[in-house]
Parts: sequence; C-alpha cells; structure tokens
Amino acid sequence: MTKGRVLALILAVATIVLILIGTEWPGRSALHYSGGDHLVRSSDTPRAALQNFGDELRSNGFARAYDSLANKAQFTETEFVHDLTGAYPNLRTYTAMSGFDMQPVHATDDEADYRVRLHWATVVGDAVTSRDVHLVRNGSTWQVEWPVTKEPTLPPQVIPVNYLRWDVIYRGPGDDWGSQDVEAPHVRIVDMRPVQRAEGLVILGELLNEDVVPAYVSVDATLLDHNHQPLATEGSFDMIQHLLLPKAVTPFLIRFPNVTLDQVAAVNMHPFSTLIPASADPVIEIQNEKINPAPDASLSGEVVNQSGQIANVAHVLGTFYDKSGNLVWVADQYVDRALLPQTPVAFNIHIPEDLARKISSQRTVVSTFRMGGTA
Amino acid sequence: MRPALPSLLAVMAAAPFLAGQSITVPPTVEAGSGFTIQTSGSGPATLIVVGQGQALKKDINLGEPISIAPGTLYNAGNYLAILAGTSAEPVSFDVSPAEPAKMSFLARPSRLPVDVKDGITGAVYVFDAYKNLITAPMQVSFDLTTPGAPQQTRTVNGEDGRAWVAMNSSPKEGAAHFVARVGDVSSTRVIGQVPGDPCSLKISAKPAGDKIEIQTDPVRDCSGNPVPDGTIVTFTENSQAGESTVDVPLKRGIAKVDMPAYPGANISVASGVVLGNQIHWGR
Repeated sequence: MTKGRVLALILAVATIVLILIGTEWPGRSALHYSGGDHLVRSSDTPRAALQNFGDELRSNGFARAYDSLANKAQFTETEFVHDLTGAYPNLRTYTAMSGFDMQPVHATDDEADYRVRLHWATVVGDAVTSRDVHLVRNGSTWQVEWPVTKEPTLPPQVIPVNYLRWDVIYRGPGDDWGSQDVEAPHVRIVDMRPVQRAEGLVILGELLNEDVVPAYVSVDATLLDHNHQPLATEGSFDMIQHLLLPKAVTPFLIRFPNVTLDQVAAVNMHPFSTLIPASADPVIEIQNEKINPAPDASLSGEVVNQSGQIANVAHVLGTFYDKSGNLVWVADQYVDRALLPQTPVAFNIHIPEDLARKISSQRTVVSTFRMGGTA
Repeated sequence: MRPALPSLLAVMAAAPFLAGQSITVPPTVEAGSGFTIQTSGSGPATLIVVGQGQALKKDINLGEPISIAPGTLYNAGNYLAILAGTSAEPVSFDVSPAEPAKMSFLARPSRLPVDVKDGITGAVYVFDAYKNLITAPMQVSFDLTTPGAPQQTRTVNGEDGRAWVAMNSSPKEGAAHFVARVGDVSSTRVIGQVPGDPCSLKISAKPAGDKIEIQTDPVRDCSGNPVPDGTIVTFTENSQAGESTVDVPLKRGIAKVDMPAYPGANISVASGVVLGNQIHWGR
C-alpha cells in the first residue's frame, strides 16, 4: 500500500510539473495552433513554402500569407482576402479554413506547380476550393504565386425590382368556429424510387407543388419491415428545395444508413407542406450545364442571378435520369460565393462513378438564401 | 289519550295517499318557452325539475297550476318532474329544441382548382337560440355563386341535426360565395377557385442582341382562366455548349427570359408536369 501511494504521489507531482512547463514554455506547433504565434519553417523547398502559406491561411494570417507571395504586386491584400473569403457575405463569411491539401503536378529546379485544396468548415459541412498554384525559387527560398480571382464588385446603382410576393393571414381567435383556415398548399410526390448503395438505402424522388401558392416543403419516409413494423424514419433534411413556388418541382433524397433493401417490405412517404410568405425573386439561370463522364464524373455549369438583389448562398440540386427517364440519383452542392446580378458563378456537383454511366439527362434547380432571410 | 296518539300519527301519514296527489306535465315543451304544470291534491309541497344540466326547485301549493316562466328550461333533453314529500309519481317530459337560430357551417376546402367534380363539401349543424342541436328533419339549401358563372343550388333534407352536400367547383376562377340556409338563418363561406394546370403552353423567340428573348403566350388553363402570376415556367435550352435552364415566374400572365443565342439550339418549355412546344434556333 505504501509503495502504491508513493507512486501515485510521484505521478501527480510529475503531471503538475509537466503542465507548468508546457504552459510556461510551449512548443512552437502548440503555440502556433493556439493562435499565439505563427510557425515559421524554412521555405527552402516548394512543399515547405506552400505548407507555410497554408498554415498562415489556417490561422487567418492573411496579411502574412499575402506578404509571402511572389506576385503580390499584381493585386492588393484586400483583393487577396476577397478572393479567399468573398467580398460580399456568403457561405465562407463565418468560416475558418480547416485543412490544406497539396499535390505536386510539375517541378523543375526553379519552378513548381501544385494543386492545392482548401477545406473550409461551413455550416453546411466541408466546402472545398481547388486551385492550381505556381511556385518560383527566389534565391534560396521558394515563394507562392497565388492565382488570384478578382471578385467583381457592383457599382453603386439603383435596380428597380418588380417582384411578386405572397403573404399569409391565418385565421384568428375572432373567427367563427366553423370558418375555415387558409388551405395548406397541395403538393404531390410525382416520382419515388429506392436505391441500394454501399452506405445504406436511399429513397429518391420528386415533389410537385400543384397549387397556386408557395409552399414550404419537406419529405419524411418510414420504412416498414416484412411484419409491417416501422424499421426507420428519416427526413430529406437539406436534400430538397424547401421553398417551392407554384408548379415548381424539387428532387429529394432521404438516406437510411445501415438499412438494406431486402429488409424493407414497404415505404410510407409523408410529404409535408405549409404556407409561407415568399418572394418570386431572385430568378436564377443555370447555364452551360454539362455532364462530365467518369473518372471524376460530375455535373458542371454556372449559375447566374438574373435579378437585382444579391443572393448570398446558393444551393444547387441536380436530378439525374437514365435513358428511359427514370430517376437515377440526386446530388447537390452549395455555391460558396455570393451571386451578384448577372455574374456567373461556377458549380460542380459530384456524381458517383458507378451511376455516371447510367445517366442520360438531368434537371437542375437552385435555392437561394439572403443574409437576414430567405431570398 | 295514550292509545289515540298512534292512531293520529297513522292518519297523518296516510293523509297524502288518501288525498290522491298527482302531477301533470306537457309531454313535450319547446326550449325556452313558458308552460304550466298541473297538480292535484292539497297542501304545500316542493316541485323539483331535473334535466340536462339544469335543476329547478319551487315551493308550491298542491292543486294550483304551476307556471314555469319562459327562458327557465332551455337545454333540450329529457327532464323529470318530482313532487317531493308527496305520493305523486315522478313524471318525465322532453324539452325539444326551438326554431333554428344559428348554424355551424363547415366548408372545405378553402381553395381548390376550377372544374373539380364534387370538390367542394359543405356540412351544416343547425342550432336554436339556446345552442341546442336541432335533430328534427329540416330542409337545408346550399348555394354556390361564382361571379360570371351560373349559380349552383342544392337542397338537402337534414336529419339528426346535420346536413351535408358535395358540389362541383365552377369552370370559372374566382372567389365563390358558398351559402347554407335554413329558414331565415344563413351562413356564408368563401371558397377560392383557382386556375388549374397550364394548357397548351406555347413559346416564341426573337433575337435580342447576342441573346434570344423567349416568351410564352398568355398562359391559361384548360377552362380559359389565366394562370396566376408567380407560377413557375421552366425554359430549357440544349445546344453544343451544354444545357441552360431558367425557372421563371409568370408576371402579368406571361413568362419571359433572355437566354444565350447558340445556333442550332433547341429550346423547350414546361410548367409542373405540363410540357409546351419546342423551338429550334438558327441553323
């Protein structure tokens, strides 16, 4: 017993001493990631220079990152920061960079090319930006040449907007008992299909607002087993266009992880709709859409805001069909740039490789959101 | 004297029976109306009337008519009249609902497309002034009036306090006034009759600088009603450059959009599940 107590005492004292040492004399890496200092490695290789640059971005050291660039004379620090985070409020406005990957493409003694992927932690998950970066040797050090994309700015102007808007007045306490409330929008599931994937069962479908008023919609699905007992219930979450204007059709996708199709005897679908005050603007054009074949199968294109107001966040949902017009897959991407009027912004929606071969056509819809309310 | 006391008590106890006391009440009384209860016998007694959520207690003199004032008994149902402390058998009677004075009118839905067979339902529950459900058979008329369209009228025999009807929505859009009427009592609901799906969606195109201006003809449903503004019309352009799509809401009855002018492009239009014509642009 006495030996055990002595050992415990030694361990406690050692722990306290180590904590004190770590607090008073922290390691360089720990100090860097706690924001107290920045980590400076020697930039004697392209990889080290790029790693230093990425570390500065990750700690929001945009000024130091800008100062380290070889081509900083070509643009201002503000333009550099706007290139990374956007000049107008958007999905990246309240985010931080969570990761930085690099992949060498080409290198000589004096120049190198890398493909870098910047990972941003956003409210809707990981947003990835890819850039092809050129590095040059300057004496004994390497410097990054950042391929800046200057974000267009809107000149001060007044844009008249003649948009449609719906407001809702519900029944109140003064109404007669028998008087009816405003009717919920009539929506209908026009297509539904279960698909077995490696990660589980996926329910795909399309929902139509067949009414003349806008609807806030969502879809839940309940799987029933062979004894007609509920197996699982899941919702579409954000894999749907929630605001559905009259006669608009949205795809939806519901995931059931760890469920296989042979466990399921029936599926009960529960479309939900409610009236919502809404605006018919902004109108978003999707142009130059192309299905890019495997490998890296994707649907790419550009979204263009045809209205006068800025759409801060855009969510692009792609619906994919086979030659017979059957639903094959639903995929999405959040555009992490604000949509300025008449300014195309590219999107690229990943398509699973095994499904890409079956896809013959597609339909794309875009939901937009404004900071301070739904657009 | 002592032997006489039990005899006197026996006579007093038997006196009410000997007097032949009874109570007579009209078998049916209309709710809220005044009526008279007849009693026989003599001497003081207490009248108790018990029924649906109501009880009445009154000191009376047997043999005199008892007047129940209007508005005293107003809940419809079965009642029991009792003369307490007498030999009279309790008598039951009914209070029936009075004349129709109020109705609850449930009309569904509040909004529906035009020209839907039996799409509008109306159910009526008729009450008197005291909120008693009137269960007696009655005739209820239903009128559906849409501005610019013939009026629909249906008369239904109501039973057990309710009457219901199913009516077609008008081929013409607009707010329909749905009126239920029993005697002089009526209630009105407003039903929104909205246009149906677009019918024969048609687009035309003309050059506008380096773009094509595409617009629909005025969009109407199959009954000729203009489809409401805000309805989404989807334009799709397929060309060598890829596919372009725009969802445009109707404004003032038409949808209009500018799209890239690619020679050889095919432009199509759709709204909901309705497809329109297709245009081939240029070569």
